[in-house]
Amino acid sequence: MYQYVIDSVTGQVSQNCIKRVADNAYIPFATDNSDYQAYLKWVAEGNTPLPADE
Amino acid sequence: MTYGTVNADVITTSTAGGVLGAGNASIMKNRIINGAMVISQRNGSTSVTGINGKVYPVDRFPLYCNVASKCTAQQSTDVPAGFTNSILVTSTSAYTVGSGDEFVISQDIEGYNLADWNWGTATAKAATLSFWVKSSLTGTFGGSIGSGLTSYSYPYTYTISAANTWEYKTVAIAAPTTGSSDFSTTNGSACVVRFGLGCGSTFSGTAGSWSANNYFSATGAVSLVGTNGATFYITGVQLEVGSSATGYEYENYTSLLQKCQRYYEIIVNPDGLASSQLGQSSMTSSTSARGPIIFYKVNKRATPTMTATGSFGYLSGASFSSFDFTQTQDIQTNLVGLTAVVTGGTTGQSNTLRTGSTTSTITASAEL
Repeated sequence: MYQYVIDSVTGQVSQNCIKRVADNAYIPFATDNSDYQAYLKWVAEGNTPLPADE
Repeated sequence: MTYGTVNADVITTSTAGGVLGAGNASIMKNRIINGAMVISQRNGSTSVTGINGKVYPVDRFPLYCNVASKCTAQQSTDVPAGFTNSILVTSTSAYTVGSGDEFVISQDIEGYNLADWNWGTATAKAATLSFWVKSSLTGTFGGSIGSGLTSYSYPYTYTISAANTWEYKTVAIAAPTTGSSDFSTTNGSACVVRFGLGCGSTFSGTAGSWSANNYFSATGAVSLVGTNGATFYITGVQLEVGSSATGYEYENYTSLLQKCQRYYEIIVNPDGLASSQLGQSSMTSSTSARGPIIFYKVNKRATPTMTATGSFGYLSGASFSSFDFTQTQDIQTNLVGLTAVVTGGTTGQSNTLRTGSTTSTITASAEL
């Protein structure tokens, strides 16, 4: 399970990373990061991240 | 006294696995990292339960399961002579694997570390996999060598003859001569070395040849997860060029740890100290603080995944709430510039960031 996160500088949902809920890991949207590849696969399977905490 | 044998390209000693100087290898003979299972940054020797995904009983060797809670894995000190550590996998149920199930111990080898083997091309080199293994079960076990992008694989088998006895195994790996784009030669995965613990028919194939399939093991191999309480130990894993298995390439601890840290590093508080100073932070507003910048001990393979665990705080002034790792310009392959969400900050004020407990850590992961 993944969750959107808030960029504390802009106050907006980050377009740069996603949080993995199981261990609160911040996964960067970097193509050679294997966690990001796993996230993309998860999304491709029809899943949707949780909304960001307000 | 027993004397060894000198062949054209190898010198065989009188002990199992004691073969010196095969092929052209002189340094960097073993393309596996942490094959003796010595480095365990994440969990020490604590047992971890398999999840739907990867957990790491030791560095560089994840236990991958597609069904959670069917087995556990941990670093062990039950070893054959010459080693100090192994991985122990214990089955925690009698699970019948389905066609799409997969339970494996594996290691992805980075392209930079295998490029000279020319895998996927007409000039690819054959290799030999060797390892020590012990199990409460006997019979024909399986595994595979797979291409990094998983389009090709080479299932293999080995036989465990006696229960609960360390045995040395060698496996000849034919040269893969097609599919070059599937075997990274840069910072992606060149290949995956897998040891099957229970794989369904979808992921099992005929041993002894490369094919355009994503096989994790060999057809008919023993399923460890099928027997409650069954155990499987492995250590001394070596993948080397050539047709002969040679003696395990031992390494000094420092270089071994650094090799592992290219993929995973505890960048803050590896020694587990409370109130350890990280450095100075500057309040950029009442709710945000920047710094310190932490340089990794080893550059990462890729932009890493960041994880902060436990509590943190400041010696004075603002109260720490959480880290914000969304600032991409501050998360690089050689450093992270910390950004924190705070309360009660005063713009321009400097504060010392510190750990709040012995379990407070920040990690950077760039695993394959």
